[in-house]
Amino acid sequence: MQNDRDIIHIESLYKSFGDFRVLDGLDLSLERDRVNIIIGRSGGGKSVLIKHIIGLLKPDSGRILVRGEDIVPLNEGEMARVRKEFGMLFQEAALFDSLNVHENVAFPLHEHTTKSYSEINEVVQAKLAAVGLQGMDKKMPAELSGGMRKRVGLARALALEPKIVLFDEPTSGLDPVMAAAINELIQRTRQEFGATCIVISHDIDATMKIADNISMLYEGKIIARGSPAEIRENSDPVVRQFIRGEAQGPIKVN
Amino acid sequence: MRSILGWLGHQFLGLLQELGRIMVLLLQALSWLGRPPFRIRLYFKQMEFIGVNSLFVVALTSLFTGMVLALQTFYAFSMFGAEPLVGATVALSMTRELGPVITGLMVTGRAGSAICAEIGTMRVTEQVDALTVMAINPVQYLVLPRIVAGVIMLPLLTIISDAMGILGGYLVGVQLLDIHGGMFMNKIQEHVTLADVYNGLIKASVFGGILTLVGCYKGFYTRGGAEGVGRSTTQAVVMSSVLILVSDYFLTALMF
Repeated sequence: MQNDRDIIHIESLYKSFGDFRVLDGLDLSLERDRVNIIIGRSGGGKSVLIKHIIGLLKPDSGRILVRGEDIVPLNEGEMARVRKEFGMLFQEAALFDSLNVHENVAFPLHEHTTKSYSEINEVVQAKLAAVGLQGMDKKMPAELSGGMRKRVGLARALALEPKIVLFDEPTSGLDPVMAAAINELIQRTRQEFGATCIVISHDIDATMKIADNISMLYEGKIIARGSPAEIRENSDPVVRQFIRGEAQGPIKVN
Repeated sequence: MRSILGWLGHQFLGLLQELGRIMVLLLQALSWLGRPPFRIRLYFKQMEFIGVNSLFVVALTSLFTGMVLALQTFYAFSMFGAEPLVGATVALSMTRELGPVITGLMVTGRAGSAICAEIGTMRVTEQVDALTVMAINPVQYLVLPRIVAGVIMLPLLTIISDAMGILGGYLVGVQLLDIHGGMFMNKIQEHVTLADVYNGLIKASVFGGILTLVGCYKGFYTRGGAEGVGRSTTQAVVMSSVLILVSDYFLTALMF
């Protein structure tokens, strides 16, 4: 059942690519003003799930309610309206490589607001400062490290002060220090910008530290949901194997 | 025998399917024509990239095409004393046929490939998805400005190409092979009509639409990382070139 605290509510979502069923009747609730983390194996449909939430993919069947509105039947124009409430940090940041750092962060502001150049500049400086990248305005994406690119991507995702921010594997491919810095930024995104964070990850240690609630995706379904403490106590052998990172168990390595 | 026919049929259906998808992309792009936001700067940027930056290579190849054309026709025409017609032959060939085709093929190689590689890279690095997530329609933002720029700039480049080709013909015919300059120009005026020129320009517009549309299409549906980008870029150049030459035949049959 949909709860008042849920900002996104998904009911029996099915999606197949050819004969391969990726989402198999998935139900999921994500809470407002919380850090919601979805864990699961690589290639297990986490990215497919997040792409459904933002409407980049349409399900074969099922409902996706964003703040009570089902986005599945919406056309592209209506979807654009819903998307303005979202920000998304892509796995490889997806910065526009023909634009410098400043232009990347300013891009959504130029497109969707009537702010003047100086107002936009103020916002850009504030967002870059928030992710610890003051003075990097003129750098091109190719000149930045992976961690810097992700922080610019986050600054761009936050530019329009979205209500919901999606993070696609935010710490994959980063060194432990940078990963910790990004995890801190995810928590600050919730605290300082008041955004609901939805993170997909397979980084268990970080998930246990920063999540308010965790959902585990396995074989196209959510098989466990709860606080980090509840997930740690979960008795399902699949969950236990995944949390402990063991090669032996019901999850087959292939 | 059956398997060969089956293979041919399969190939043909694949081709039809692809052409259908290209048409769908074209219609999507055209549906954004005249709808805000306009982003005039994107259009000028593409017109500069496709048009202005191709100027040198188009001028150079057209000059030499005119030159070699004069050389070859002079050799043939001198067998029956028709040397003064070399100018008219070069001018007609350039305006009706070679100007638009050479321009189309050169711009395909220079700009069509780059369009495909750029959009393809944006696709595989999720920049196209990033546009969508930022509530910006990627067809409107990436595809339409390029198609419009191609349709506008190719005729302009073709005018330069026609002129350079005739100049090349003049240099070889008059300066090198001693055809009388006045006769050379006179025969051009006598035989080339305005319709020859603007039918050529209409062709060029169509070629501009083809090469930008195919470049965008191949880029837009790129999969599989850097290798995929390379593959689609090659396919874009081959497909554009083939479509330009095939459509050239049908346009010519319709127009002249």
